Amino acid sequence: MSYLYAAYLATWLIHGTYLFILARKYSKLRREMESLKK
Amino acid sequence: MKRGMSILAVVTALLLSFALYEALIGAPTEQTMGNVQRIFYYHVPSAWTAFLLFLVNFVASVLFLIRRDTKADILALVTAEVGVVFCTVVLVTGPIWARPVWGIWWTWDLRLTLTLVLWLIYVSYLVLRQFSTSSQTPVLAAVLAIFGALDVPLVYFSIWFFRTQHPAPVIGSGGSLEPRMAHVLLINWAAFLCLAWLVGWTRYRLEVAKREVDEAQALESLLESPR
Repeated sequence: MSYLYAAYLATWLIHGTYLFILARKYSKLRREMESLKK
Repeated sequence: MKRGMSILAVVTALLLSFALYEALIGAPTEQTMGNVQRIFYYHVPSAWTAFLLFLVNFVASVLFLIRRDTKADILALVTAEVGVVFCTVVLVTGPIWARPVWGIWWTWDLRLTLTLVLWLIYVSYLVLRQFSTSSQTPVLAAVLAIFGALDVPLVYFSIWFFRTQHPAPVIGSGGSLEPRMAHVLLINWAAFLCLAWLVGWTRYRLEVAKREVDEAQALESLLESPR
């Protein structure tokens, strides 16, 4: 059972990490857009 | 556009929750492997999704080379990136399943090695796009993507034409998957396809906005530079 949970957890960790990277890219872009507006 | 994305996000969340329930509880327990077999409901749909994304990447790369269309270039970048995420899931969940079933984490079997090569090709593609500053980068990346796509059918058909350690196909012609298990497998694939669509769409919009900001910054620095 531990292998099953490890596989599912690893899957969501990988997707979560990618979504976190996308969120960081988005906030960086927002900052750049705001500095352009100024 | 925003409304469509919200609807897709809700549908994806519902489908992923239902697919998880079906994979962990709804699907019958396989007699030989027991619960470890349930890894299959995440491993196989992730592989199919990655293959599909690499196929779209191939089509977009060819279109870009023919028409020099920016949209095709962005689509190629996005599908490669999301494809690598799904391919990583395949390469991580595979060994976790193999350890209790085969007794080893990894073997240099044809299917496994070709999948690793596929992942490395698309990681190289992303590294090229991230760090090369040449104006020819999109063209070079498109050519690399076309060569990378040649590995996809090799990975897929390797278990059909060669004797490998990897299990034989369980669905389609010659497949012996129990109908309820096939049903759960397809639900999980639908959920992962929705996730790929949602993440890909978000990444596409982000890339379009990033290019617009880059252009505006370049214009601004040009206007500010002393003559």
